[in-house]
Amino acid sequence: MKKGYLFILPFMIVFVAMLVVPLVYAAYLSLFREQLIGGTVFAGLDNYTRALTDDRLIGGVLRVVRFFLLQVPIMLLISLVAALAIDSGLLRFAKVFRLGIFVPYAVPAVVATLMWGYLYGPDFGPFAQLAGSLGLPAPGFLTDGGMLGSMANIVTWEFVGYNMIILYAALRGVPGELYEAAAVDGAGSWRIAWSIKIPALRPALLLCLIFSVIGSFQLFAEPQLLQRLAPSVIDSAYTPNLYAYTLAFTGQEVNYAAAVSFLLGLVIVIASSLVLLATRRRPA
Amino acid sequence: MKRRSNLLTIGMLALLVYFLLPLFWLVVASTKSTGDLFSSFGLWFTADFHLFQNIGQVFTYGDGVYGRWLLNTLFYSVVSAGGAAFLCALGGYGFAKFRFRGNSTLFGVVLAAVMVPTTALAIPTYLLFSKIDLVNTPWAIILPSLVSPFGLYLMRIYAQDAIDDSMIEAGRIDGASEMGIFFKIVLRSLAPGIVTVLLFTLVATWNNYFLPLIMLNDPELYPITVGLAAWSSQTAGGGGSTGDLLALVVTGSMLSIVPLIAAFLLLQRYWQSGLSAGGVKG
Repeated sequence: MKKGYLFILPFMIVFVAMLVVPLVYAAYLSLFREQLIGGTVFAGLDNYTRALTDDRLIGGVLRVVRFFLLQVPIMLLISLVAALAIDSGLLRFAKVFRLGIFVPYAVPAVVATLMWGYLYGPDFGPFAQLAGSLGLPAPGFLTDGGMLGSMANIVTWEFVGYNMIILYAALRGVPGELYEAAAVDGAGSWRIAWSIKIPALRPALLLCLIFSVIGSFQLFAEPQLLQRLAPSVIDSAYTPNLYAYTLAFTGQEVNYAAAVSFLLGLVIVIASSLVLLATRRRPA
Repeated sequence: MKRRSNLLTIGMLALLVYFLLPLFWLVVASTKSTGDLFSSFGLWFTADFHLFQNIGQVFTYGDGVYGRWLLNTLFYSVVSAGGAAFLCALGGYGFAKFRFRGNSTLFGVVLAAVMVPTTALAIPTYLLFSKIDLVNTPWAIILPSLVSPFGLYLMRIYAQDAIDDSMIEAGRIDGASEMGIFFKIVLRSLAPGIVTVLLFTLVATWNNYFLPLIMLNDPELYPITVGLAAWSSQTAGGGGSTGDLLALVVTGSMLSIVPLIAAFLLLQRYWQSGLSAGGVKG
């Protein structure tokens, strides 16, 4: 059916122009270097060897890996528990919970970060106020030790609802006969959740996990805005994306920034593929 | 009839408080003057109800630039989301219902692109756009936002299930053109899927910060996210004359989240049914 091309053509044109071409262009740019004398010259893989030995970049990548290991399990666990609770039928006002937990997803990362930044703040943040009225020092949310956790909290707050809705939608798709059969066999709610629902959620959980890998490595708005509150804690290479941004727009190192962007994309694709491979169901 | 569990309800209530309390704080804070923000307890109102003065100030400060940002955001996200959803509907239907050479290969390529991070694309796209004079125009925001590989994936799954092949056949027998069949018969059945893609692209564009931050330098073109971040960076500079901006950032933030929350609540029937199609097949 040749007519099919007609339908996919508009999507494919935009796909190539806005996704494939920039990717290829980044790869191309990354092979050059700007010099004070002689302009832009071909540099081969120099930018990549530089990136792989760049302590600031590697530090940023390791930081987002730590962030991922800290934040994603907590977020997905809360999302899973919330989805199972709402689906269980044991809850009063299930709909209120479903929508209430989802609402932060509609809040832009910028607004969420500004808001949590004020909440964390030592001046008029309610945590500092409460601590002050109890005669305690203000909690160190924005200190060197607290920052990664504070950021993990913001991202968790933003995305639990989104993941919960994906999991909940998947749960609704589990055939009801399975539950009835299990109930006839005397299985309780907990048993049904553990033995039927969680295995059935496997593909949806995987989807959430992949999106979380992609999201963590791209972290930008949160550190960029929190930087103003704690400039001594967050430097310009706190996350790889912040580093690429700084390179391109403050340092004017366009070619090196392109190499960093390209590498970052590659790291994310590899990390996502590893997750897919590691969780692939082995043939019985 | 199942027994309700009070214990579970209480546990979930604690979770709900965690998600809604910051928003409650934001609403409370937007009713306060800058002075009260510092001097009163954050989680309750003060006698001096300052909300309407704050809203008035938000819309008049800097020649009413905030209203301009809101309109920009609305324009960028509606056009991007509408365009993306339409491309995905067309493409998803094409991939789901037509067998043509390269169907599964092309779809595989698009699916793999789900993993390509948009921010890794942003800097190269900026460099490309600056070559063809597209930076600092609305196109710089809209064009990159039109691609949604995940949206295509969702629409393909949705079209597979929601469109009965016999409907298409009947249309063909009646002599309708393929496009005619799509617009007159298929589009309506795809509606829940389209609303889902529409809403999620809308959120993605509405919330986007990185792309407009690098693409735009004219404040008149800013979306709300970049505008609020710019205001907040002025308050971070110090107190004094910029101290009043703090109440504006807080109130502006509060106002900016109302439209999307309202859209999600009003359209919940559609996006929830659209999502379940994507969730099941995973």
